[in-house]
Amino acid sequence: MDQLYGYRRENGKVGVRNHVVILPVDDISNAACEAVANQIKGTLPLPHAYGRLQYGADLDLHFRTMIGTGSNPNVAAIVVIGIEENWTKHIVDGIAETGKPVTGFSIEGHGDLETVRKASWKAKEYVQWASELQKEPVELKDLTVSIKCGESDTTTGLGSCPTVSQAVNRLVDAGATVFFGETSELTGGENLIADRMATPELKDKFMEVYNNYIGEIESQEVDLLGSQPTQGNIKGGLSTIEEKALGNIAKTGDKEVIGVLEPAEAPSNGNGLYFMDTSSAAAECITLMAAGGAVVHFFPTGQGNIIGNPIEPVIKLTANPDTAETMSEHIDVDVKGLLSREINLTQAGDLLMDSLQRTVNGRLTNAEALGHREFVMTKLYRSA
Amino acid sequence: MLHKFLIHNRGDHVGVATTTIKSGEKVVGVYMDDEDTIELTSNGDIPLGHKISVVDLDKSENVIKYQVTIGETTKQLSKGDYVHTHNIKTKRW
Repeated sequence: MDQLYGYRRENGKVGVRNHVVILPVDDISNAACEAVANQIKGTLPLPHAYGRLQYGADLDLHFRTMIGTGSNPNVAAIVVIGIEENWTKHIVDGIAETGKPVTGFSIEGHGDLETVRKASWKAKEYVQWASELQKEPVELKDLTVSIKCGESDTTTGLGSCPTVSQAVNRLVDAGATVFFGETSELTGGENLIADRMATPELKDKFMEVYNNYIGEIESQEVDLLGSQPTQGNIKGGLSTIEEKALGNIAKTGDKEVIGVLEPAEAPSNGNGLYFMDTSSAAAECITLMAAGGAVVHFFPTGQGNIIGNPIEPVIKLTANPDTAETMSEHIDVDVKGLLSREINLTQAGDLLMDSLQRTVNGRLTNAEALGHREFVMTKLYRSA
Repeated sequence: MLHKFLIHNRGDHVGVATTTIKSGEKVVGVYMDDEDTIELTSNGDIPLGHKISVVDLDKSENVIKYQVTIGETTKQLSKGDYVHTHNIKTKRW
């Protein structure tokens, strides 16, 4: 593999993009953030739907996601805008622990126009400062990579997920950090993951997290027969959740799992493979993983998911020959040769690692070029 | 003959069509773990990515893929049958 280049941030973490983010604390501050981003070129607003009257674990997750997003090494500097001073300051203080430039503005008592004026001056200062930052040589061990598949079919389990497995094993061997998640979609293979936990304590913690998630679904007094597998999964030939889960698990490699993370939690047990408790919905899952610090995402797809993320480049791969042809503008790595047996898994893994290297070094992914910026907060329950 | 379906592991009950298979067609499958091949006649039209049975199974038997149970039969299955939600179901919900 050729030399990798990345941005080493103030706290030593390595990013592969250099975004200046305009981050709303809450839904009603989206307009001001978008106004700033419209005014100051090269900034990235992250509008979202929540942040008012949340409480308890749901509010904790909101703050963790906001702070984690600002702290992601792909972000150089952040302007935070919220309606009230306290929550705005809480998020600014959290991001400031990374040492990177961050300033907050609250709208109450000033109005949108005055806030946009002040925030725009700061955003302009940040974006010009960030534009002079230089990339430096980095190594695979400096990277945190997340994985999650979507619009899965049987070709995911046959080709694109085992390809990701190859890359996950190589990354973990090189000392990198990798996140996988999708709690409910482990159903049918949850024991296979439990058996890979590094300690009995982690195994217990994993099973508790898994059982809580399934318990939450069951408490709605519905079964998931109509939604797991999805209609797209069934069209692609997947018949049961167990079959879908085994295809999903086929992308996790065979290394031991050294941590069980809360949604959007940053890892604290050193480099290696981590499980993060997430939804299986693509935008929610990747938003949480990016907030946990992931800087590049591998996304195997069968029927053709089109997901992207504003701060984390998403590399998509498929082994489905129909999808590779009909949705080629979304597919970064074509491994359909695995189905026709024209290439083997090692060669497919090489193709994905090559795409990783080019993405790290600056090539825009298809999702980036197409403007896919799905930033979706996970909400645990109704606001007060 | 070029393969038209793949089977993950020896002992699995189903293979996955890597191209469209027509009813009555004689097709070859490859076991991905040991490269061995199997030849059978398809009993139905099977789209790319959908499953074909490589064994005979009674009703209410476990269906194995990836060497793991992926559900159970809701009808009797014969070798060569198209396998999907019309004749197997999850054991979880």
